[in-house]
Amino acid sequence: MYDAVCNRGLRKLREYVVQCLIYSAVVLVSAVFIWLLIDLLRGGLSHLSWEFVTELPRDAGRAGGIASILISTLLILLVAVLTAVPVAWMTAILLAEFVAIGSWFGKTVRFSLYVLAGVPSIVFGLFGNAFFCVYLGLGFSILSGGLTLACMLLPILTSTAEAGLRAVSHTYRLAASALGLSRAAALLHLILPAAAPAMAAGLLLGIGRALAETAALLFTSGYAERMPDSLLDSGRALALHIFDLSMNVPGGDEPAYASALVLVSLLLGINILAMKFAYGLQRSKLML
Amino acid sequence: MNIKQEVGKCDPFTLGPLEAGPACSDPLPVIQVKDLSLRYHGKLALKEVSLDIYKGCITALIGPSGCGKTSLLSAINRLTDLIPGCSVNGRILVQGRNIYDPDESVQALRRQVGMVFQKPAPFPLSIRRNLSLPLHEHGITRKAEVADISEQALRDVGLWDEVCDRMDSAALNLSGGQQQRLCIARALALQPQILLMDEPCSALDPIASGVVEDLICRLRGRYTVVIVTHNLAQARRIANYAAFFWVSGHAGQLIEFGRCQKIFESPRHELTAAYVNGVRG
Ligand SMILES: Nc1ncnc2c1ncn2[C@@H]1O[C@H](COP(=O)(O)OP(=O)(O)OP(=O)(O)O)[C@@H](O)[C@H]1O
Ligand SMILES: [Mg+2]
Repeated sequence: MYDAVCNRGLRKLREYVVQCLIYSAVVLVSAVFIWLLIDLLRGGLSHLSWEFVTELPRDAGRAGGIASILISTLLILLVAVLTAVPVAWMTAILLAEFVAIGSWFGKTVRFSLYVLAGVPSIVFGLFGNAFFCVYLGLGFSILSGGLTLACMLLPILTSTAEAGLRAVSHTYRLAASALGLSRAAALLHLILPAAAPAMAAGLLLGIGRALAETAALLFTSGYAERMPDSLLDSGRALALHIFDLSMNVPGGDEPAYASALVLVSLLLGINILAMKFAYGLQRSKLML
Repeated sequence: MNIKQEVGKCDPFTLGPLEAGPACSDPLPVIQVKDLSLRYHGKLALKEVSLDIYKGCITALIGPSGCGKTSLLSAINRLTDLIPGCSVNGRILVQGRNIYDPDESVQALRRQVGMVFQKPAPFPLSIRRNLSLPLHEHGITRKAEVADISEQALRDVGLWDEVCDRMDSAALNLSGGQQQRLCIARALALQPQILLMDEPCSALDPIASGVVEDLICRLRGRYTVVIVTHNLAQARRIANYAAFFWVSGHAGQLIEFGRCQKIFESPRHELTAAYVNGVRG
């Protein structure tokens, strides 16, 4: 009797300790994020205004806004996504639907994607500079930067899309085949719609990474802060702008903070969207 | 496209060879399985099965778990092609044509041979789309025709009255029994000649199971049905023929095949007798 009570007390204590540990870890994680956010808000909020977003930078970015930088960023992203998505998703469809999981071909492709995912972005920058800027003669341009980013996005887009496609229940494929549907029809009408939320979530994560990218763009899209005329013009990405303002421009702290605030809000928005899609994935009763 | 009108045009069917007396018409085997061996990753799962399945009859496949009943069904409509590591030796003739011939169209075969799975597998689409998607895929695209066929198929499985006012809601919101009947309707809508059913009642409660069973009985004559079931009473109630499988040395084998009554009442093989009397299995 006494033993039982004692045991129960001990178990309760243990549970309590574990809970405390978990909660303090959660608090710590959120604290880092909140601290960062407060720091950004304190440093940048006073400088942030509608004009800041819509005006061109003046005096090396100390004054004026970031309009041209936002446009350059958007163009770089657009190039990256439009080139990476078709390649990545077609690779994912091939790997998930048409190649046996243990096959030599699939293993090789997957392994090279893992390696690619682990390559530091500065190395992508060097490669992009050597290949796109110099070898293909695109120079420091939005196109070079976008294509370099596209290479960086390939692994993340491919692996999320492949995982999404593989997560679609095999019974749909069997049922579709049993009804005489062709593989293409099953893919188009059943499997892609079912995998769409996962693929969209992966795309948003990829865009988030591309948006935050600095090192790979340093050597490829350059840092001209003027409004780009074409894709072959050099253009400065937002993250690069922050880097430049805080490292190379004395007195550039405030606009740097404000730009960082813009960047973080964009990233936050994208991540929330990605989470929404991932959540949609869990509701498997999707209706089309 | 009324199915009932089609019956008259069909070839005659019989319940197979008679035990005694003069035959009124010859039994017509539509599926002939010849020396079929099936392997998963090189390991034998079915060994040298040979059997005929007669037109218009219900044939029950019975036997303990793991004896290869599902594997045999998937071999008949070549769903084995989709299972990694699965290889098939031997021949299966469906209406006289070897389905494993490289020239045979798999899609045409699967239109002719419908399949209903053990677990209801409706697509995550609306009820209407579940029925229309396969029809569209087989070239039936006229709206009125698709609607007619869908309605007829749903009426055949007794689901029309339950779902006619919510055809556009998600099929996955139906109950398990309704889902299974929808899957049967989906298979029937393609007007196959042969219907393979893998334990269609195992996920259902007794009432829903009774409904499906009645439905299968009503299919007799119009369709050739091959049904896997663990419910021996059910097999006895509905089947004309029964095939008994048993695992010996890790590979499934056909032990005995014959008229259902015969298998259950005077089996030739002692294993069959032990199994159907509930002594073993
Ligand atoms: N995809 C697969 N890969 C490897 N082995 C398999 C696969 N499917 C079935 N098998 C093996 O083949 C044998 C026969 O399986 P099958 O599913 O045909 O049995 P069954 O008679 O339908 O059993 P149950 O009555 O339990 O459904 C089993 O030993 C099983 O382990
Ligand atoms: Mg089975």
